[in-house]
Amino acid sequence: MVEIDFSLPKLDIRSLPGPDSILRRELSNGIVILAKENFASPSVVISGYLVVGSLGETRQEAGLAHLTALSLMRGTKERSFNQIFESIESIGALLNIGAGTHITLVQGKALAEDLNVLLDLLSEVLRNPTFPKSQIERLKAEQLTALAIRDQDTGARAQLAFDELAYKDHPYSLSSVGYKDTTSEFTTTTIRTFHRQRYGPQGMVIVVVGAVEAKAAFTAVEEALGSWTNPRRVSAPDLPAIEKPIGLLRKAVHLAGKSQCDIVLGTPGPSRFDEDYMAASLGNSILGRFGMYGRIGDAVRESAGLAYYAYSTVSGGPGPGPWQVIAGVNPTGVEKAIDLIRNEIRDLVTRRVTKRELLENQANFIGRLPLHLESNEGVASALLHIERYSLGLDYYQRYPELVAAVTRDDVIRTAKRFLDPDHLAIAIAGPIGEEA
Amino acid sequence: MTQGRDTVLRTRLRNGLEIRLKEIHTAPLISSWIWYRVGSRNEYAGITGISHWVEHMQFKGTPTFPAGVLDRAISRDGGYWNALTWIDWTSYFETMPADRINLALQLEADRMLQSEFDPSEVKSERTVIISERQGHENEPTFRLYEEVQAAAFRVHSYHHTVIGDMADLQVMTRDSLYEHYRRFYVPNNAVLAIAGDFRTRPMLKRIRELFGPIPRGPRPEFQPRPEPAQNGERRVTVEGPGETPFLNVVYHVPPGVDSDFFPLTVLDSVLTGASNLNFFGGSISNKTSRLYRALVEGELAASVRGGLSATIDPYLYSINVVVRPDHTAEEALDVVDSELTKLIDQPIEMEELIKAMKQARALFAYNSESITNQAFWLGFSEMFANHIWFETYLDRLAEVTPEHVLEVAHKYLSPTNRVVGIYRPQPEIRGG
Repeated sequence: MVEIDFSLPKLDIRSLPGPDSILRRELSNGIVILAKENFASPSVVISGYLVVGSLGETRQEAGLAHLTALSLMRGTKERSFNQIFESIESIGALLNIGAGTHITLVQGKALAEDLNVLLDLLSEVLRNPTFPKSQIERLKAEQLTALAIRDQDTGARAQLAFDELAYKDHPYSLSSVGYKDTTSEFTTTTIRTFHRQRYGPQGMVIVVVGAVEAKAAFTAVEEALGSWTNPRRVSAPDLPAIEKPIGLLRKAVHLAGKSQCDIVLGTPGPSRFDEDYMAASLGNSILGRFGMYGRIGDAVRESAGLAYYAYSTVSGGPGPGPWQVIAGVNPTGVEKAIDLIRNEIRDLVTRRVTKRELLENQANFIGRLPLHLESNEGVASALLHIERYSLGLDYYQRYPELVAAVTRDDVIRTAKRFLDPDHLAIAIAGPIGEEA
Repeated sequence: MTQGRDTVLRTRLRNGLEIRLKEIHTAPLISSWIWYRVGSRNEYAGITGISHWVEHMQFKGTPTFPAGVLDRAISRDGGYWNALTWIDWTSYFETMPADRINLALQLEADRMLQSEFDPSEVKSERTVIISERQGHENEPTFRLYEEVQAAAFRVHSYHHTVIGDMADLQVMTRDSLYEHYRRFYVPNNAVLAIAGDFRTRPMLKRIRELFGPIPRGPRPEFQPRPEPAQNGERRVTVEGPGETPFLNVVYHVPPGVDSDFFPLTVLDSVLTGASNLNFFGGSISNKTSRLYRALVEGELAASVRGGLSATIDPYLYSINVVVRPDHTAEEALDVVDSELTKLIDQPIEMEELIKAMKQARALFAYNSESITNQAFWLGFSEMFANHIWFETYLDRLAEVTPEHVLEVAHKYLSPTNRVVGIYRPQPEIRGG
């Protein structure tokens, strides 16, 4: 047998991003810029968000923020669709803009020499999109195709059904991507109005990581976006509170012609701002992540051989995103898998995790940090995270202490706060159940 | 022992294990990849899917690292590990904090020889693998590609998918799995490639200590039967639920070592956009590619992608189209054919060539960003060629001319050399 070392990893704090290596600056129009240099490869990543998403959409409007974000790159006052994509593809660059529930995310990548090309284009598509009718109609048709494919995807259908069960009458019950009936109704006017009312620099964050000097990155972002204003911008409504499920809420979505069922099971979980978020993350890791899927993986995959994948997630966004378990199983194994998963949840909320389990998972959280931060994308994502949740520039340097401070009592107390094996939303999609 | 471009050390242990080491000191990480020359190419009817199943069994324990201990040990050190089985190879990797890499090396040396293949583990893994296959079967694109691949290879063992046929997964025995493992998991059939924050000399010493004692095995000889040239276009149709038609057109193309591979890479870039040869690297958009413009801007399709794989034996260049529900795959095929005719009739523009090169250079830079990817490349090119292939990749692409692209278009893009696959949705199969 190999000897296991049970001490927590000791990271070289100076090697982690911190106040000494991250530069942060706020522009007068409200845009926050963070930059970190990395000259190990000749590329640069930009990553950022705007405070606009699907939050506030009604069922009839679902998908409007998503379609608007996709429409931005379909034409501007300066360039046509083809000119936009010729400008980035001809230099091997990438620029994607996509909306979620709370924010619209920007992801770009280029050779460092082309950073300005990327930022100029970003500025143009955010500030001066023209939403040409023919382009929007084509985009809608592409989205309707994607939604038709989603209709046949057991994982996506189970997730939609879960959101409807777990978040009844709450904004999180709606798909931020929308539905076929809503997408087909959007017009260039609705998209243009949404853009005018909701897009603006206030609260926007842009991170630049790569082979560009930080000061030069600041200058480039400021030149591209520093003069953007939109005083008429309307903020999203506040997020309403959510009640936990009462009893076992179940929904089966019948999909004929499939071989396997997907199960999504869980409950609203902690927000990233919740003081117990770290304890919930560690508890979740023990429940359904550590090694090959933690305790749930052991029970459902390794022991029972029921599933290729069975794992849990805590979403931890700005609101009560789901704490959920996802599994893909044969139709004959669905009930057994659900029982096994509920047993593991019951165990997590009734018995403290072992000292060894907690220590192993804490070691994993700390030890994996350098791996998460090895690429420009990883660093950019980390910087975006600390800005979005006001964690402080020294967050990753404090991170090992924050992880190590969580106790077994914290884990069970937090698990009890959010999880109850007898009060869950359970959605199944696949070749079972009644035909809709 | 040689030390080449970017100070990569290449050597071979006495037992035949090939070693590639590259020091990179940008982050306190090391990525270790061990590559075995075995994949679904080495299988035949009755044992299809066996290489992939063996890969699963390699996570099920040895006397030193019993089942479950492996996962915990890697995870608690903050490492990331996984395995990939492909048609030509099987690879296991661990990316670890630099001071913990010894665990990964111990583990790989141990499971090259000592995996147990406990019958109870084989039994529970059978249902896991069947579940994995059933997950694939839920996807129309998998079902279509499986039929297209089978139609493209009547004789060669590229005939079946890596996951294998259900008929074999249901009956394959523990002894067959173990025999496959012992036959192919020998040091003289493997390449160990490591990149990251280490010093070459002590790393090599440690590798010799751990892997040196593993005995050389008989060289696993396996020569698949060559696929004869097609004598006419083949077509397959798959029916299933949904409302979205899919079109998959594949052409027989030469292996990675063939000089035509490079003009074909440029052709793919012009036709369907630049592709990333790395198995988990991101790609870039393809909205200025010829087929995107013809199919998506032509309002027949929602998306189109192409794919060229660097393989040992001649494989396939694949064009995949997601057709809009208000059109048919046949309409999309007409447009594909029209674009292919243009490629065959006249050379590509110099601007297109320049763009393809810049895209390749950018993707290459992106791929070099992470230590995991750098270690991947060290070993990957050895599976179908050698390290020179990777080191000269951009230079050889730069030598491609529009005339070369015209030449390979003529040579490979004829209907006689292709299989056309159509997924025909059957909306009457109820979907929720």
